[in-house]
Amino acid sequence: MANIRTGAQILWESLVREGVTTVFGYPGGAILPAYDAMLEYPIRHVLVRHEQGATHMADGYARASGEVGVAIATSGPGATNMVTGIATAMLDSSPMVCITGQVGSKLIGSDAFQETDVTGVTLPITKHNYLVSDVDEVAPTIHEAFYVAKSGRPGPVLVDITKDAQQSSTEFVWDDSPVQLPGYRPELRATDAEYQQAVELINGAKRPVIFAGHGVMLSGAMDLVREFAERANIPIAMTLLGIGSVPALHPLNLGMMGMHGEAWVNQAIQEADLLLAFGMRFDDRVTGNLKTYAPNARKIHIDIDPAEFNKNVLVDVTLAGDLSAVLTDLLPHVERGDRSDWLSAIGVMKGDSAVRDVQNIPDSGHLYAAHVINDIWRMTDGQAVVVTDVGQHQMWEAQYYHHQEPRSLITSGGLGTMGFALPAAIGAKLSRPDAEVWVVVGDGGFQMTMCELATIAQEKVKVNVAIINNGYLGMVRQWQEFFYERRYAATPLLSPDFAKLADAFGVKSAQVARRQDVEPTIEMARAHEGAVVIDFRVEQEDTVYPMVPAGADLHAMIRRPSSSPIVETADD
Amino acid sequence: MRHTFVVHVEDKPGVLNRVASLFRRRAFNIESLTVGHTETSGVSRMTIVVDTDANGAKRLEANLYKLVNVLRVTDLTAEAAVVRELTLIRVKADHETRTHIMQLVDTFRAKVVDVAPDTLIIEATGTEEKIDGLVGVLEPYDVLEMVRTGRVAMSRGQQAPVEVPADESPAEADDNVSYSV
Ligand SMILES: Cc1cc2nc3c(=O)[nH]c(=O)nc-3n(C[C@H](O)[C@H](O)[C@H](O)COP(=O)(O)OP(=O)(O)OC[C@H]3O[C@@H](n4cnc5c(N)ncnc54)[C@H](O)[C@@H]3O)c2cc1C
Ligand SMILES: Cc1ncc(C[n+]2csc(CCOP(=O)(O)OP(=O)(O)O)c2C)c(N)n1
Ligand SMILES: [Mg+2]
Repeated sequence: MANIRTGAQILWESLVREGVTTVFGYPGGAILPAYDAMLEYPIRHVLVRHEQGATHMADGYARASGEVGVAIATSGPGATNMVTGIATAMLDSSPMVCITGQVGSKLIGSDAFQETDVTGVTLPITKHNYLVSDVDEVAPTIHEAFYVAKSGRPGPVLVDITKDAQQSSTEFVWDDSPVQLPGYRPELRATDAEYQQAVELINGAKRPVIFAGHGVMLSGAMDLVREFAERANIPIAMTLLGIGSVPALHPLNLGMMGMHGEAWVNQAIQEADLLLAFGMRFDDRVTGNLKTYAPNARKIHIDIDPAEFNKNVLVDVTLAGDLSAVLTDLLPHVERGDRSDWLSAIGVMKGDSAVRDVQNIPDSGHLYAAHVINDIWRMTDGQAVVVTDVGQHQMWEAQYYHHQEPRSLITSGGLGTMGFALPAAIGAKLSRPDAEVWVVVGDGGFQMTMCELATIAQEKVKVNVAIINNGYLGMVRQWQEFFYERRYAATPLLSPDFAKLADAFGVKSAQVARRQDVEPTIEMARAHEGAVVIDFRVEQEDTVYPMVPAGADLHAMIRRPSSSPIVETADD
Repeated sequence: MRHTFVVHVEDKPGVLNRVASLFRRRAFNIESLTVGHTETSGVSRMTIVVDTDANGAKRLEANLYKLVNVLRVTDLTAEAAVVRELTLIRVKADHETRTHIMQLVDTFRAKVVDVAPDTLIIEATGTEEKIDGLVGVLEPYDVLEMVRTGRVAMSRGQQAPVEVPADESPAEADDNVSYSV
């Protein structure tokens, strides 16, 4: 037998053959054989500071590039630290492979040192997972894991490899042939009758709206969606994760729908006679009260995952399949449409609130998050990859940064994981080294994973970090303001001096409290070779408008009071 | 309404856990679940009974298919199917009541499989209704212990869909005979 390798070597041989160049990880006893073998392979290993960071980095890597991200950790606490990142990737359909060491197969079940049943723990938060205790299974399992992670509806896959499987040897055989899984049906095809029904609804619709979701990007269907919309003259609303799938400044693009979507977008949805859901899953932040949701609209749902059909919203026609394939089949039957009445009706709903460029607001001495984000948008020409955390700043980013490119907004939508942004941005930058990467993060969320500044320093990762420092867990404070009589329980936040903190990590920093300093500081950050952290001291009790309270009717938005310093009028 | 799913799965460690976990995670309540080997080695077959509406059943089926180890899912609810349960019942029986009980057992085409001085063990196979009926008539004699397997099911003939739900399939006369539709 010629090609004898240890399981540890086979792991890396297999990863290299899957095209992996970068992994994010943290060593420990049960994964040590793999780490030892790693040195022989052309792999960049990024040493994280917490395994949660490794998973978010792998996730950010995947979201920015479409390639599978890889995270690696030891058994027990190393593996359980990955749980939040795996759940985050699961809810947002991000392709990721996590590799964990496991105690020796003879010790499994004995409560051995650092033994955790991680396939059990991650069963409901992975697309699939594997426990490998036989060295001969290492290569085929890795091959299968990558296939499962990226095919169909993508998701995280975990491979738990016992220490003895890493240590024992076998002949390495790489079977590159397509994975055959007897029960796995990554893609389905809708029936001709369903297509027929869809075509009739589309061509007959007077007030249709296209919903562009995350699936548009996952499918690579950006051009098809645009062609569809332009041919039939149908306006487009985006989900948070659909942002970037259609250029923000495209004339048919209305903007974001849902809880913090633009008022006119939600209003258009409520008045529509047809909704065309393209790769989106009607999250409750998108629909509000289901009983009053889009009451006059017929609904067509295109999704690769039939389990999403009729889950939250009952629809009239379902088209199962990859969005690109379905749109390719549909397009020739879609008639050119005028729909100018409908488009101008939406124009009226927009009124003068469409002008959201806040740069002309007179300087009242206060710095608003909107200023900061708007300036980052202007100065980066809408071309940066922006990675956001979770909270008010995340929503302002979605409103004020006008994304022109797909995969240019990376954010945790479904799980809403604070602490996501900084590590995810590291992954994004490493998968797209030529991209300008900005992190927009709150003072709360930054402190959840700020240890990864050390990773940034050690790995020399160029990202710009804009901390939107409002002294509060702002989004929770906003809910308390609206729904709990301003009783600010546990939301005021005392933070360290972030600029000094960054200094301590060896990362360049600045602090900005005045509006006139925003632009020059952004300029400085863009010009600086290494990472930069900017502590933006913004208005403390600012509020994200509009807002549909959770579970309320989509049209029952809390709108920006006209007394607000940031009023959306045409002459702003 | 009650839906009966037949789920063919790969016979691999942890697959039962994956299926059961899916029901729990998606908030479907399993009424019964049986699992065993099939005619094909490496393939196990589960019969799962769950109370849900038609839309829920469809989503459940789609979700089951998302499990990599699930090979085939059939919702037998709207199909003509043979549905059976097996039960063992230990009932109090002294020399006075024993004959009565054995007559009842005969009527239900059940069997006595163990005789002890004060008790009998009865084995019965049939639809849930039949077993409910048997338990009902035994209760006055004092049922001491009972185990029921939960449903196992198989579609009849060529799995042609019929109007009657499975539990009302035409099996009144003798429910051990298969009527292919
Ligand atoms: C604080 C906060 C506020 C939020 N507010 C809003 C808000 O105002 N508006 C909003 O929209 N969201 C909001 N969200 C995000 C929200 O929770 C959801 O994450 C988001 O709406 C999901 O978008 P999606 O359905 O497009 O993407 P996903 O959840 O990623 O779903 C993608 C869908 O596409 C399908 N798909 C995948 N691949 C393909 C393919 N190849 N072909 C076809 N289909 C495919 C998948 O099966 C899935 O159904 C908020 C989140 C947070 C944390
Ligand atoms: C890990 C985690 N814990 C708690 C929450 C609930 N939560 C949502 S937004 C938010 C406040 C975020 O505060 P900050 O990071 O300062 O951002 P801001 O809203 O102030 O912009 C909290 C606590 C969460 N989403 N994630
Ligand atoms: Mg804050």
